Amino acid sequence: MEHIVIIGNGISGVTAARHIRKNSDHKITLVSAEAKYFFSRTALMYVYMGHLTFKHTQPYENWFWDKNKIDLKEGFVNNINTDTKTLEFKDFSSLSYDKLIIATGSKPNKFGWPGQDLNGVMGMYHKQDLENLEKHAPNKEVCKRAVIVGGGLIGIELAEMLRSREIPVTFLVREASFWNGVLPAQESEMINNHIKEHHIDLRLNTNLKEIKADENGNVKSIIIEGTDEEIFCNVVGLTAGVTPNIDFIKASKIETKKGVLVNRFLETNIKDVYAIGDCAEQQEAIGQRRNIEAVWYTGRMMGEALAQTICGIKTEYKPGHWFNSAKFLDIEYQTYGWVFSERSKKENEGYFQWKHPKDNKCITISYAVDSHKFLGINTFGIRMRHEIFDRWLTENKSVEFVLEYLADANFDPEFYKLHEAEIVAKFNQEHNTKILLKKKSWKRIFSY
Amino acid sequence: MKFIKQTGLVIFLIGLSIFIASIFIGSFSLTQAELDTFISKKGYKSEIIKAELSKAIVTNDHLNIFEFSSNVRNAFETSNKHYDALIAKYGAEKNWTKKGEQYQYKIFGKPHSLSYGIAKKAGKGIIVENIGLMWLLTFGLGIIGALLFIVPDVVLLGKPGIKNDGIFLEAATNRGWIGWFAFIFLVTFYILLYFYPDFIVNWVFLVDPISESISGNPASQWFLYGFLYCTVMTVMAVRMYIKYRNNKYQILRTTSVLFFQIVFAFLIPEILVRFEKPWYDFKNAFPLDYDFFFKWNLDELLASGTFGLFILVWGVVLTIVVVPVMVYFFGKRWYCSWVCGCGGLAETLGDPYRQLSSKTLLSWRVERIVIHTVLIFVLVMTGFALYTFYSGANQVIGIKTQTIQDIYGFLIGSIFAGVIGTGFYPIFGNRVWCRFGCPLAAYLGFIQRFKSRFRITTNGGQCISCGNCSTYCEQGIDVRAYAQKGENIVRSSCVGCGICSAVCPRGVLKLENGPEDGRINPTEILLGNDVDLMDLVNKK
Repeated sequence: MEHIVIIGNGISGVTAARHIRKNSDHKITLVSAEAKYFFSRTALMYVYMGHLTFKHTQPYENWFWDKNKIDLKEGFVNNINTDTKTLEFKDFSSLSYDKLIIATGSKPNKFGWPGQDLNGVMGMYHKQDLENLEKHAPNKEVCKRAVIVGGGLIGIELAEMLRSREIPVTFLVREASFWNGVLPAQESEMINNHIKEHHIDLRLNTNLKEIKADENGNVKSIIIEGTDEEIFCNVVGLTAGVTPNIDFIKASKIETKKGVLVNRFLETNIKDVYAIGDCAEQQEAIGQRRNIEAVWYTGRMMGEALAQTICGIKTEYKPGHWFNSAKFLDIEYQTYGWVFSERSKKENEGYFQWKHPKDNKCITISYAVDSHKFLGINTFGIRMRHEIFDRWLTENKSVEFVLEYLADANFDPEFYKLHEAEIVAKFNQEHNTKILLKKKSWKRIFSY
Repeated sequence: MKFIKQTGLVIFLIGLSIFIASIFIGSFSLTQAELDTFISKKGYKSEIIKAELSKAIVTNDHLNIFEFSSNVRNAFETSNKHYDALIAKYGAEKNWTKKGEQYQYKIFGKPHSLSYGIAKKAGKGIIVENIGLMWLLTFGLGIIGALLFIVPDVVLLGKPGIKNDGIFLEAATNRGWIGWFAFIFLVTFYILLYFYPDFIVNWVFLVDPISESISGNPASQWFLYGFLYCTVMTVMAVRMYIKYRNNKYQILRTTSVLFFQIVFAFLIPEILVRFEKPWYDFKNAFPLDYDFFFKWNLDELLASGTFGLFILVWGVVLTIVVVPVMVYFFGKRWYCSWVCGCGGLAETLGDPYRQLSSKTLLSWRVERIVIHTVLIFVLVMTGFALYTFYSGANQVIGIKTQTIQDIYGFLIGSIFAGVIGTGFYPIFGNRVWCRFGCPLAAYLGFIQRFKSRFRITTNGGQCISCGNCSTYCEQGIDVRAYAQKGENIVRSSCVGCGICSAVCPRGVLKLENGPEDGRINPTEILLGNDVDLMDLVNKK
């Protein structure tokens, strides 16, 4: 029996702990400075919005950890001594390990803006950020306006949160269109419009110059770069991406770059020390993935893979087809396979796009222009089956095949209006093809 | 818009206040002639009840309902005590003939029901004289106010989508003071309805004209309840249509429960009565309809000719064939959240409280014990009832059938289904009865769990464990526990309301009926990871 210590009780660390417990009798300790019990970080927004209480964000009841013999230790790790295999905590206590898993996640980016550490400036990542927001923006009387800097997924979520309490929001986005480094223009524009529909003051092509303080060190206003426009506000949300949360490792012998450097087995340069989740940085990119993947799903998958290694079945981290999802205010987004934005897609990647004339629904199918191989799909306002697209990607289906059988992939609730016929008609018109849409078939859906 | 909403709230509260206050107004008395007619109609043989009642209620004093009720109950008690004393006396004298004779003079029935029967004839004053006006001031203001409060949400809630902002921040929906007030109001209402109908006789007057226009008879407290039920469901259905206007499943489901409540549970039974047929709700399946096999019901049905026989056969076929077959194809949702009246109220009036159901493992354990106990109880009771019906013996192994029926009617039929089932909405969520008590739900649950095409499909590896699905599950199912493992949800208690799927921000859940193969799919490694790893772990 070895002592497995996991720093960080987010989805990566907890997944690793659960799977190690399933397959072994190792002693497991989960260390966290953020919260004693695992909670779903992605659900923090719903607590502020009043959809949930914090307790609801905890996927396991409190007895779960004891029952499964997973020790929980609250504490902030100051240093890792890999020679003596010991963790040194801020409160001068220590903990020795046989194997160490670093799963400390991310922290919000700060780019050295003047005033970025004032009261009322915050990211939206940790539980403490939520508490901070509740303090500085409990309602629209205390927080007369909030400015959000950075147009990514967390930024739009923070905007949605603040709008749920009717707090006016100005949203500064560096790019010419929301998230257009990732989304094709059609979709990015639809989201721009949707943001405005929600009465969010969206400022594209806009950068932050500085944050100004009042006499008490609280946020008073922000200044926009270039125009020097001053926007008065009580809260500034910094949501310009995240970076691995690994400052405490820098003094140790563990090799880091932006994140903790790991190989395909999630091993660091030091024996018996591993890193997973947002804080891990692959030495070489896997396929078209980034070296650091700060996504819930990849954190979970790394936890699943590493647990096997720890339990004696040495397992590479070999993620399958890319998938992701998000929700932009009212619009759900799912993606399977690779759809790159116009800005980053390669020459051989073509789009087929469809957009609903009125509703906020659209799709982009990406395919190889030469071979017509299906590469990936983005859907907005339409739910799709993960299994089906995963299978089609594995089987290298063509874009024509995908359209023909599109009805099999729909995952919208029953009685929803289906759009496959319109989608296929548009493709036929554009490509002069005669694809006939096949009816949904349970037999095909379950034939994997 | 906010002004309209607030005005609506004020109007609703005025209507509610007048409704509550109306209990206390008006006076109750009978003339001697009216009393004589009443007694002869009832066929009371007691020689002293007439004198006692005329002393009590033939009066020019303005008795309110509480004084009136107390007087009437005293009169009956005095009469019954008189004969009890004689029975005891003749018993002591061993004068069996005399003793036996006394029983015919006793008046049976619950005191408040006896009192209700007379009060219904004895009402005087503003309400009885101005039923139309009073209806408008109570029901009318309540409906208009509620609609004014609800309809502006079309604009106020903004674009179609999930509208759960502030639910856990508001006193009405997070067990705050408004929730506790609603709880007290609902519990009091059910206690009055079931056990003190005479106290709310003024409310019954308000719906007399409506009852007469449908069935030809004056209203009973059950007609009042039925009418109120339909009214509340209709108004709250409007709220559902607005709140879930992005979701066609919810719209259709709401329309369906509303239709079945108004047409099947309310109108058809009343119209049957008009044609002198037995009152029967064609969708109310045994064992939810727990008195279907009681002797009195079977006797009544058999006495009603072909039509009675038809009802009898339909009732049996409904439970034995229709229900299980439909559950096989569609899951128990076809009944629980598309047809059932209890479900209908839970899905309309109860929708604001769905997030309050407990999701702990402990409550799941309690749920399974309690609901299956009720199922066993109803089956044993029905066994007794059928034995009594066929054999004529009024007791089995020394236990009176009537006693068991009374206990069930009181504990389960009234207290559990009514007082707790609906009264506790604002505290324990909207499906307390359906989840912990309903024997039909338990029966449907077995089929759904073991032989059905229904499941909630989990979409591969897309779950982010946010907890919206579990939180908004009215049945207290920890949906997330399955979804985050990539596992389909196949649970006997799921009523298929579809809200978990609606509130999921990542499109993970879908209610569907498909092949039984692969319906239950335990997984360890979720889709998206290495296929070899999935094979290694999942096929172990």
